[in-house]
Amino acid sequence: MVDVLKAPLVVEFPFTRSLGPVQSAFLTGLRERVVLGVRTRDGRTLVPPVEYDPVTAEEIRDLVHVGVTGTVTTWAWNPAPRRGQPLGTPFAWVLVKLDNADTALLHALDAPGPDAVHTGMRVRIRWAEDRVGAITDIACFEPHDGDESHVRVHTGEFDDPVGGIVAEARLDYTYSPGRAQTAYIKALETERRAVGERCPSCRKVYVPPRGACPTCGVATAEQVEVGPRGTVTTFCIVNIKAKNLDIEVPYVYAHIALDGADLALHGRIGGIPYDQVRMGLRVEPVWTEGGRYPDHYRPTGEPDAEYDTYKELL
Amino acid sequence: MTRDIAVVAFAQSDTLRSTEELSEVEMLMPVLHGVLAQTGLKTADIGFTCSGSCDYLAGRAFSFTLALDGVGAWPPISESHVETDGAWALYEAWTKLLSGDADTALVYSYGKSSPGSLRDVLTRQLDPYYLAPLWPDSVALAALQAQALIDAGDTDERELAQIGARSRSTDNPRAQLKGPVPHGDYLVRPLRTGDCPPIGDGAAAVVLAAGERARDLCERPAWIRGIDHRIEAHSLGVRDLTDSPSARLAAEKAGAFERPVDTAELHAPFTSQEVVLRKALRLDDSTTVNPSGGALAANPMMAAGLARIGEAAARIHRGESDRALAHATSGPCLQQNLVAVLEGDPR
Repeated sequence: MVDVLKAPLVVEFPFTRSLGPVQSAFLTGLRERVVLGVRTRDGRTLVPPVEYDPVTAEEIRDLVHVGVTGTVTTWAWNPAPRRGQPLGTPFAWVLVKLDNADTALLHALDAPGPDAVHTGMRVRIRWAEDRVGAITDIACFEPHDGDESHVRVHTGEFDDPVGGIVAEARLDYTYSPGRAQTAYIKALETERRAVGERCPSCRKVYVPPRGACPTCGVATAEQVEVGPRGTVTTFCIVNIKAKNLDIEVPYVYAHIALDGADLALHGRIGGIPYDQVRMGLRVEPVWTEGGRYPDHYRPTGEPDAEYDTYKELL
Repeated sequence: MTRDIAVVAFAQSDTLRSTEELSEVEMLMPVLHGVLAQTGLKTADIGFTCSGSCDYLAGRAFSFTLALDGVGAWPPISESHVETDGAWALYEAWTKLLSGDADTALVYSYGKSSPGSLRDVLTRQLDPYYLAPLWPDSVALAALQAQALIDAGDTDERELAQIGARSRSTDNPRAQLKGPVPHGDYLVRPLRTGDCPPIGDGAAAVVLAAGERARDLCERPAWIRGIDHRIEAHSLGVRDLTDSPSARLAAEKAGAFERPVDTAELHAPFTSQEVVLRKALRLDDSTTVNPSGGALAANPMMAAGLARIGEAAARIHRGESDRALAHATSGPCLQQNLVAVLEGDPR
């Protein structure tokens, strides 16, 4: 068993999302320290508000103002806050039915410990200092033993309403390519050899190997050295300079069938003017000092391969 | 056209905390070969292939396409994929067979939770406006539901501990967690570590076949008498967390209430969710619940629901059950529920 490769993989994307009229009013309201719900035709007030009645699917837009105080309908004590959660100290997750609302909002409750929390307890919103029109404008809830907050009608109209949110989504992974690809990468890196795997059924050699024959659906394990020379099976001419890539354009990117392989892999072609690259061109890898994979492939000077010798690999 | 369709084979991998030495297809292939070997079919004999998995587990877009190497997708095959638990892939395959477009189907699903932090990864399936920015993890949401059940008098921590202990007393050789497991400390109160599923990597696969084909492939096919899935509002605050009307409706539509079932395989990753499901599905002590250990013994994401159908079917194959209910869930606090009713031929 090879010692598999591992590397950190961070997937991070700031999703920019538009808000409809209802969500825009709600989130803009939070910015202004006002909580709005939406009224269904049968008179229920939904907070947080949605654009469609969850029972009838009818479009709903009648906004109503609800309290900034409310009642806990259920809770859960979180002794170890995780990244991104509303509070960095132990807190309670709570569903809170705000005064004048008929449904509950999920958020955090700042409390000294689980003994200070119970279903039915009264709480109020603690506003974030910097508010931008997002659910996090509510910093959290806090215990409240005062009166119900004053509730009044609100038009839901604001100056400078929020039209969208940016939803940050970062997830951290440890990526491992598995046994077959680890073996390929290690042989390439440490011995500058390209090692494919042969299918026990159809005998084809796959490179880079992924541990399975996509034709037969069986595991591959028999390692076979391929290359280092190969044949250009097809290519394209790249005219756009990629960010952070120090290669003059135009350059040629090609499929290269290494000798002994039954699958072409990708590579850049160098050492020849871009407009002289052709199908059938015989090439060999060029390594740079400390490189973990070939920097590019260059012509070997051999006669071109006959079309029939690589037509199955296009 | 009405056709009888059955589960004729089931295979699953061991569920392990980490399978980093294997790529997804490497993890999956022995399961695919195992399930096909039970029937004598080859991949080329299969009429329709459907899989379930999730890109967010792998952290890569279209990750399922790489797993297709394991089913021999060349020359081209009839294939589909669902971005959720494989139980829903089975539903799609069942409709395909019902339509007469195919006589056999291979359904598989897999998930590797080990590359990421599962509790955080699952927050990304939540509503992006009101929930996801708060990063409420899967255990926290289940704990809110558990507290609601305790407040309603539906259960208490002692009963939850018993559910965990009973689930893990299974002799299922594929289980990740079995035998005595301490109830443990609170992970998110009122849920303790013992109330929560182990995090693991694994895969499951079943073969479906229609009519006489099923009888050719399996001595005692597990006939799918009904299957249905239903969903409720995403927002937890509009739902009664102590009940599961979607599970009840799916069960009713699948015919589960027409006659008693002797076995129920429930996809309840948290002990408290078994309490909800037992009530919604009207299960009493006459039904054997989760002899496989259920999701509390092994919860490979995207495969645990399909495994419930497979486990229920396998009991029918072995003659240990005559009429079984299988359930799968997805989403926070049992948002989506699928119920299948399986029967063996009378003995």
